[in-house]
Amino acid sequence: MDTNGATTSSAAGGGSTSKSSSKKHSRKPVYSRFTQQELPACKPILTPGLVISTFTIIGIIFIPLGLVSLSASEKVVEIVDRYDESCVPSDYSNDKLKFIQNPSINKSCVRTLTVPKLMKSPVFIYYQLDNYYQNHRRYVKSRSDKQLRSVSDEKSTKDCSPEDKTVDGPIVPCGLVAWSLFNDTYVFSVNSKTIEVNKHDIAWKSDKEHKFGSNVYPKNFQSGGLIGGAKLNSSVPLSKQEDLMVWMRTAALPTFRKLYGKIEQDLQANEKIQVVIQNNYNTYSFSGKKKLVLSTTSWIGGKNDFLGIAYIIVGGLCLFLAVCFILLYVIKPRPLGDPSYLSWNRSPAGHPN
Amino acid sequence: MELHNNDNTYTSFDISRSSSQAQENLSKSRRIRNKSVDFDDNLPYSENPRLIYINDPRRTNDKYEFTGNEIRTSKYTLITFLPKNLFIQFHRVAYLYFLAIAALNQLPPLAVFGRTVSLFPLLFVLCVTAIKDGYEDWRRHRSDRNENNREALVLQVGEFQRKKWKKIRAGEVVKIHADETIPCDMVLLGTSDPSGLAYIQTMNLDGESNLKTRYARQETASSIFEGCNVSGLIRCEQPNRNIYEFTANMEFNGHKFPLSQSNIVLRGCQLKNTDWIIGVVVYAGQETKAMLNSAVSPSKRSKLEGYMNRETFWLSIFLLVMCSVVAVGMGLWLHRHKDELDTLPYYRKTYIREGRENGKTYRYYGIPMETFFSFLSSVIVFQIMIPISLYITMELVRLGQSYFMIEDKHMYCSNSGSRFQCRSLNINEDLGQIRYVFSDKTGTLTENKMEFRKASVYGKDYRSSNLTDDSLQDNSITDAAVRSRWKLKSEISVDSELMDLLHKDLAGDERIAAHLFFLTLAACNTVIPIVSQDASSSHGSSDSSGEVKTIDYQGESPDEQALVSAASAYGYTLHERTSGHIVIDINGNKLRLDVLGLHEFDSVRKRMSVVIRFPDNTVKVLVKGADSTMFSILADTEKVDQIRQATRSHLTEYSSEGLRTLAVAARDLTDAELEQWQCRYEDASTSLIDRAAKLRQTAALVECNLKLLGATAIEDKLQDGVPEAIESLRQAGIKVWVLTGDKQETAISIGLSCKLLTADMQQIIINGNSEEECRNLLTDAMTRHGVQPANRKKQNSTRRKNSENGYLEIPDDTKSSNVLQQHSGKEEPDVCAPLALIIDGNSLVYILEKDLQSELFDIATSCKVVLCCRVAPLQKAGIVDLIKSRTDDMTLAIGDGANDVSMIQMADVGVGICGQEGRQAVMASDFAMGQFRFLKRLLLVHGHWNYQRVGYLVLYNFYRNAVFVLMLFWYILCTAFSTTSALTDWSSVFYSVIYTSVPTIVVGILDKDLSHKTLLEYPKLYGVGHRHEAYNLRLFWITMIDTLWQSLVLFYIPLFTYKESTIDIWSMGSLWTIAVVILVNIHLAMDIRRWVFITHAAVWGSIIITYACMVVLDSIPVFPNYWTIYHLVKSPTYWLTILLIIIVALLPRFLFKVIHQIFWPSDIQIAREAEILRKVAPNLRSKPDEDSS
Repeated sequence: MDTNGATTSSAAGGGSTSKSSSKKHSRKPVYSRFTQQELPACKPILTPGLVISTFTIIGIIFIPLGLVSLSASEKVVEIVDRYDESCVPSDYSNDKLKFIQNPSINKSCVRTLTVPKLMKSPVFIYYQLDNYYQNHRRYVKSRSDKQLRSVSDEKSTKDCSPEDKTVDGPIVPCGLVAWSLFNDTYVFSVNSKTIEVNKHDIAWKSDKEHKFGSNVYPKNFQSGGLIGGAKLNSSVPLSKQEDLMVWMRTAALPTFRKLYGKIEQDLQANEKIQVVIQNNYNTYSFSGKKKLVLSTTSWIGGKNDFLGIAYIIVGGLCLFLAVCFILLYVIKPRPLGDPSYLSWNRSPAGHPN
Repeated sequence: MELHNNDNTYTSFDISRSSSQAQENLSKSRRIRNKSVDFDDNLPYSENPRLIYINDPRRTNDKYEFTGNEIRTSKYTLITFLPKNLFIQFHRVAYLYFLAIAALNQLPPLAVFGRTVSLFPLLFVLCVTAIKDGYEDWRRHRSDRNENNREALVLQVGEFQRKKWKKIRAGEVVKIHADETIPCDMVLLGTSDPSGLAYIQTMNLDGESNLKTRYARQETASSIFEGCNVSGLIRCEQPNRNIYEFTANMEFNGHKFPLSQSNIVLRGCQLKNTDWIIGVVVYAGQETKAMLNSAVSPSKRSKLEGYMNRETFWLSIFLLVMCSVVAVGMGLWLHRHKDELDTLPYYRKTYIREGRENGKTYRYYGIPMETFFSFLSSVIVFQIMIPISLYITMELVRLGQSYFMIEDKHMYCSNSGSRFQCRSLNINEDLGQIRYVFSDKTGTLTENKMEFRKASVYGKDYRSSNLTDDSLQDNSITDAAVRSRWKLKSEISVDSELMDLLHKDLAGDERIAAHLFFLTLAACNTVIPIVSQDASSSHGSSDSSGEVKTIDYQGESPDEQALVSAASAYGYTLHERTSGHIVIDINGNKLRLDVLGLHEFDSVRKRMSVVIRFPDNTVKVLVKGADSTMFSILADTEKVDQIRQATRSHLTEYSSEGLRTLAVAARDLTDAELEQWQCRYEDASTSLIDRAAKLRQTAALVECNLKLLGATAIEDKLQDGVPEAIESLRQAGIKVWVLTGDKQETAISIGLSCKLLTADMQQIIINGNSEEECRNLLTDAMTRHGVQPANRKKQNSTRRKNSENGYLEIPDDTKSSNVLQQHSGKEEPDVCAPLALIIDGNSLVYILEKDLQSELFDIATSCKVVLCCRVAPLQKAGIVDLIKSRTDDMTLAIGDGANDVSMIQMADVGVGICGQEGRQAVMASDFAMGQFRFLKRLLLVHGHWNYQRVGYLVLYNFYRNAVFVLMLFWYILCTAFSTTSALTDWSSVFYSVIYTSVPTIVVGILDKDLSHKTLLEYPKLYGVGHRHEAYNLRLFWITMIDTLWQSLVLFYIPLFTYKESTIDIWSMGSLWTIAVVILVNIHLAMDIRRWVFITHAAVWGSIIITYACMVVLDSIPVFPNYWTIYHLVKSPTYWLTILLIIIVALLPRFLFKVIHQIFWPSDIQIAREAEILRKVAPNLRSKPDEDSS
């Protein structure tokens, strides 16, 4: 581009003749290792040693990592109890929707969970929803982060339709996400002794401190024609509504868990835990499952063997490949850089030329 | 008509480019192209001539508004910049695609990205391009302003006053002093030289550094001397771009006379060796020939880019399939859930609230429309599947590659001080795939510095033996040597025998013939002697007579310069030349000869002649020209016949030694003949139309019945390194064809000397004079050498075929033995002698015009060497076209002269040599360089590198975008087809712009697989490009399968890891963003062959920058993704997941690479190992028997 421009202008006018001719004399490229493309460089090639050591190193690193992850995952104790079906009284079992939509019916439901192994505190309580597309584009976008953050932005509800405002003014917090806030509750007891559930610090610290305003109070929430889920205490600022914060971190996948609270006491093996569930949340309309999960945690998170197994498999495969390549190089070596392997040196014996 | 010429002493001295016959053709073709105004002979000037009233600009510009002298090369002004630049930019399809996507995103139902975010990519490319254009235009503005504000002396109210260039108007009279640049096209009125002579340098116009003469007409020159107030009328043709022609006439003091190209000086030229000139402006500003000529060479498109577009088509199909899947999925999903949509918490299509909106639907347009919108919005999300940024990336990469080619010190020509030039930025990678090289001979293979070698005078052969000065003085010619006070710039060895002959008395036929012979050499040319006092003469021994004068011969043709110098060495020194006479110093006696007329060289006659009146009033015509046209116009006497025989055999001998030959002849003119000729000559040279044809007819009057004097032989030296370069190119599998205007014998001998032809070759010579003869010769040759027609050859071929391209290996390559074997002269037994085809221009006329093309093609492609001699410029292009249209192979044409322009423009790659013959070739070329031998480095080294780089770049960019898009696609399948992207808007946009763009550019510019030493040592490595190894359909599909695997790994590993967990969408997106960026960068890192610090910085820097961007984006509380990254980095699972993704994704690729390199090592691979392990084996081991692949 540059060269073109320069030649055009000089050919056009010839004004800068003297300049260009003087330039011409000093036009010899200045030598530098950069311009001659001779900078010191590392030029890796796949030598047998490199190949074998790559596979070996991957194997050596991966197998221990896999074992450690697997054992960490094994240590996690998890109780999962699906209750959406069983918490519907038998006379409503054919019309669950009617059951859940009728506010006058008592929704409480008692479940008994058996602790399989000792669960050390803290024991995390999750609810798990299934077939619930919290990642649907309409849903993810239906919120106003501005409004959550400061009172002055409470009117910025343009993305929140159709849950943006009521006749009394804008809804705080607006949007489908907040509107559909989960509202089942759980009360735990062991041997008729209630276990305290700690519902503090279940949301991210950053959410509490910066994202949800401490002077923003719920307004007109769940006052529309259709109640989507839990109501909020309008005298508590959003920065204290941790259930809402947890819910509003929309899940990535259609099956997801959300933290409900923590039990800060050890649960002994074979203990029977009674849970009184207020089964309010409507997942029946889209046949979503609801599960209650009690789980301890480890450095790897919840119970998930996938990482451990994957690491072990990949590590094992790499070690196997390393062995294969060692054998291969022993049995049928190809001398590196041997010009006789160049295509024009190789025999055309295979090709009748 | 009224063209009365009562002034008989006037002679037109038409200086034009006699040297290159091609120029004529070129200008002819230009003339046709330009459709310049043709004047009708009978109705002169009725067709709108341009009327210039000398020194009366007001009247001149009264009727017609001629443009002023202000020039504008810039495209934009401040006001028009924005709209015009945008308009030009949106001519590119890529930008329209961007615009369409951005526009789609503005529609409410489709707003996938934030509105501002979606405009970002478009704005980015627009701004970058606009800034670049703006800068270039600003530079043009600046140079325009400098130009326009220069000053010149213009005649205003009776005296010359300074005036800015931009104010000069047509009709004004301008005075230029020595070494000044001429501001506009002017007709000379007078010069400081009484005879009206001026010298100009046309460097800026055509690149020729020698001086050219221009003449003021005698009539005007004298009156300019008398007084300043001149007036007259010039009628000239409308402005056109032909710089070698000018047709006009002038009415002056009641006389009317013609003006030609020799009377005009053009803008951009410089005045030299002349104190001043005065001229009248005829064309100004944009209408000057220089401005009309400043066009850029047409842009070519690289072949790889063509293939790339084919693959882009596949990518668009993928895109459509993916979008259709999403759309259909959306439709089905909506259909299945249509009853629940009203209240479904994550859909909620209905307003349920008090007020009038109750019951209305929210952004729901029915299932068909939703399906359609879903399709469109997935197009927006998947937009980068079509790698639009690739075009910009490629442009930048080629720019960088060009920089390194220009800076390569091995391609700097120290003789001419010229660097390598990249004039076209689109075809760098084509240099790596050249299969045919078409080369000009003179000036390209040879230096075009002529040296007089041999002469045949009066049937006797004299060879310039290497006599030293001493032996000269030992001879009886000492006094002559002393008397000759002329020193030439170059020393020429003389033949003593011929010298002796010249010092005999002027008696006897042989002596007279020798006298006339050298007189012709000295007189019959257009060379201008420039005499300068050589004050600092160190040649102190012999200059007893005081001063030594140096003569520098300036001529347009190197042959003529050589001949004049030779004549001078033999004592016939051309001393002075004006339009009317020449002075020749013959051994100290000055001889003044009147030049009555000159018929310049043209490509039809192939000769030139002058009509000379000697002091004794005899008139002779002196002719020199190509022997083919000279022998037919010789007198038919016995003596002449005898000489003709002898000379002819000498000529054959000379040309077989590779010398350029010319025949020299002369004859006396009788008074009657002279009168008849003079009459016709005046007529022809003042005619405004068809002057060339008329002059040719006139020439035929005198160019007949000539007495043959002898012949000259000039050596055209081979350039340095030409044989080696040709040998390397040949080994690299490139076919070198030489197309020359020279004679067959000369061509063959040059072919031998540059190792193009070897002794063991079977030469097929085709010299046909009719279609039938050519056909017979061709079929005969085909049967004799067993050449099969191409289509049959393909069927019979058992040779390895490149499966995707159907590319057939040309037999020579597979047959030819390896390098080392060739060096030791061993030949494989089954190889029959290689063929060489030699064909002349005459036959080509029949072959190219008739339908013998395919025969020629078959035979030519099975020959190892093709030499075409006596070819016209258009035939050169025709031959290039023959190959280009019948094969997929890449062609390269290299040449230095204007006669190569058509060929250079026709070939896929045109290379110009900045040589002696001007800049025409360079201006038309894509690359320009100083010498032919650089071609080896250009192709084998830079071509190879560029091809490898660009090939990889394209594949990698396809991969890079596709893996990202596929990852998004898998996720969308998990979101009820709702085109949700887990990644933040900014990350999606930054991905191709910031996160991953720099390493590809750096690698595209800097990576190199092999060092230049290895590449030059094993020219056969160039075959990689012929076999399309760096980029082909197979590689594309392998890459796409790899991409599919990698995208699945990218998607599913996090999915399984975070199955049934509390992960939120932004954490997942953040993980994916980082994972994909690290993955593609490591993927690139795995393929980098040369790590320099810049590469390290680019690759690892990109990852770091990505993290930095994520941190910044996650630190803004108003984004929903606030603080995500801080959370993630604390989790070991996050890091374990990334590590697992990288290893699992790249494992198959790595494995494939290793296995491929073990079992099917490519040539590059082996050479690379050899190079790095310093194990370049000097001798070859015998081939391993067990290797049966």
